[in-house]
Amino acid sequence: MKPTISTLLRWACALPAAIAIGAPAYAANPIRIGSVLSITGPASYIGDPESKTLKIYVDQINSSGGVLGRPLELVTYDDAGDANKARTLAQRLIDRDDIVAMVGGSTTGTTMAMIPVFNSAKIPFMSIAGSVNIIEPVRPFVFKSPHTDRMGCERVFSDMQKRKLTSIALIAGTDGFGTSMKEQCLKVADKYGIKILIDQTYGAQDTDMTPQLAKIKATPGVQAVFNTGASGQGPAVLTRNYGQLDMKNIPLYQNPGVASKSYIELSGAAAEGVRLPAAALLVATKLPENDPQKPVVVGYMQTYEKATGQPVSTFGGGAYDGLMMVVQAIKHAGSTDPKKIRDALEKTKGFIGTSGVVNMSPEDHLGLTIDAFRMLEVKNGDWLLVD
Amino acid sequence: MSQLLQFVFSGLTVGAVYSIVAIGFTLIYAASDVVNFAQGEFVMLGGMTTVFLVTLGLPVPLAAISAVGVAVIVGILLQKLAIERARDASPVTLIIITLGASIFIRGVASLCFDKQFHKLASFSGDAPIVIGGATILPQSLWMLGSAVLMFLALWLFLEKTLTGKALRASAANRLSARLVGINISYVLALSFGLSAALGALAGILVTPVTLTRYDIGALLALKGFSAAIFGGLGNPVGAVVGGLLLGLLESVAAGYLTSVYKDGVAFIALILILLVMPNGLFGSKLVERV
Repeated sequence: MKPTISTLLRWACALPAAIAIGAPAYAANPIRIGSVLSITGPASYIGDPESKTLKIYVDQINSSGGVLGRPLELVTYDDAGDANKARTLAQRLIDRDDIVAMVGGSTTGTTMAMIPVFNSAKIPFMSIAGSVNIIEPVRPFVFKSPHTDRMGCERVFSDMQKRKLTSIALIAGTDGFGTSMKEQCLKVADKYGIKILIDQTYGAQDTDMTPQLAKIKATPGVQAVFNTGASGQGPAVLTRNYGQLDMKNIPLYQNPGVASKSYIELSGAAAEGVRLPAAALLVATKLPENDPQKPVVVGYMQTYEKATGQPVSTFGGGAYDGLMMVVQAIKHAGSTDPKKIRDALEKTKGFIGTSGVVNMSPEDHLGLTIDAFRMLEVKNGDWLLVD
Repeated sequence: MSQLLQFVFSGLTVGAVYSIVAIGFTLIYAASDVVNFAQGEFVMLGGMTTVFLVTLGLPVPLAAISAVGVAVIVGILLQKLAIERARDASPVTLIIITLGASIFIRGVASLCFDKQFHKLASFSGDAPIVIGGATILPQSLWMLGSAVLMFLALWLFLEKTLTGKALRASAANRLSARLVGINISYVLALSFGLSAALGALAGILVTPVTLTRYDIGALLALKGFSAAIFGGLGNPVGAVVGGLLLGLLESVAAGYLTSVYKDGVAFIALILILLVMPNGLFGSKLVERV
């Protein structure tokens, strides 16, 4: 009924009247936000919390009045971790679902496959995947909410520099994340004066890495070990083997992809003293009171844990940041025109999310600095904020 | 020297995992010429069920026994509901059925349990044993010992008991076996049930080292199957020796060559050996029978 009445009114009335009466009639017309996530399949541990987060917050925004007086409608598809499928679903979001913006892309693989689709349809795409290649080079309609793998390397290297650990061993998983992060690390090592003496790899599903570690142990001059692989049980097995070979005098660094409570549980005592860079979300309750991120991360953590009964992950945090930035951009643009949302997104300044404080610019569609990463150390089976 | 010893210990640890998974393949193959690709799922069920029952508060031995029970039920159901109904189909069709069953079991497990990795405490602690500057975990010794025990038990069963002989007879010639009074349906259900039990036991033994998740079965099945082929499918000795050799090849390749190609090196060695000895190291009978 309502659309008919509004159509009639628009036909019948003069322009000022139409605006006045037409506006409430449009209230039922939702703003559609699309999302393609890897909810099932091998990356389900990433896509599952992301999908839950988006749903919780879209519901919350709607129950407090929506955006621009209109409710949000979330259109979510599951790509099962398959890049081809992701691309098809992205096309469907544009052709059939009439979305104004997209928040999604759980993995770098699925994101990269969807980028051309959104960029040519001129729909803003807020990716929640890791690789620096998503925002480098800058594409007009592509944005990204979580830190990049390169920033992870830089944060680790700067901590090593501080501890005067300059000759290190690199060990990388052969999965997509591990290989990509290793490339980025090799690129920025010189900048921090880090020398990589030995470079090893392991398969994501390997159950024993003592040969690689024994080689590292036997390499003279190695002061620290840095692992860039994150998928599967690899990081936990690596840590256990590191403990088995009694390598405590060579500090072990892990990458941000490893940051979860289950890593400590699975690794057991061997994890003591391991350092890694992570988003503030992981140590939400341990942040000092004056930390600007504290209210945001504690709020997100409580909301998510109450709604799902599961512990938060940084992946869900990335989805929260992405959605909130898009919603803020719609408000700032005062419009649901995708191009105006894009322009507003690019002007995002001082947005405080779970990943850090975001200041975007036409040259930077991420807007985070490496300080957004907190350096954590495992102490007595829990994370300790180092600085 | 201590480095070589470390590579050997690593190889034995990984090899022990492959061996005890490979033993599970042996029994069903010996009874029915079917390679059961759902064997990895039995391994996963053993580990995951134990982990979940332990978190519910059950003591480990009780949880382990219950987990073996769960796997046996699933194994017999698989045989009764899927394999037996297609009994006139060719072995290839049956193998495809087991592949489908493995995907189904994995899916159900991801819903019943969860999608996270879990660990199980090692049976005798995590303090590594130091020998000649290299270290090995006590759990690896548990796995090696169990692999030998499981192999002995299986060998005795297949060679020395009437039921075991009936099992082999039903694979050799189903019609003749039936003519001499062997209950084929019972024998097959038995082989699936026992295989599931061996698989679940393997899962419980390897979980403290490999950790477990609903989808870990696929990889374990692949490696265990390679090990079984390596040693000669259907032969318990072959399963143990094949598994250990595959593990040693991998770790030596990772240690002395490069860790990037360690799986490649192991599989190339496997192919070379199979080219010279098409039935594997200990395989006696021909795979193709008319």
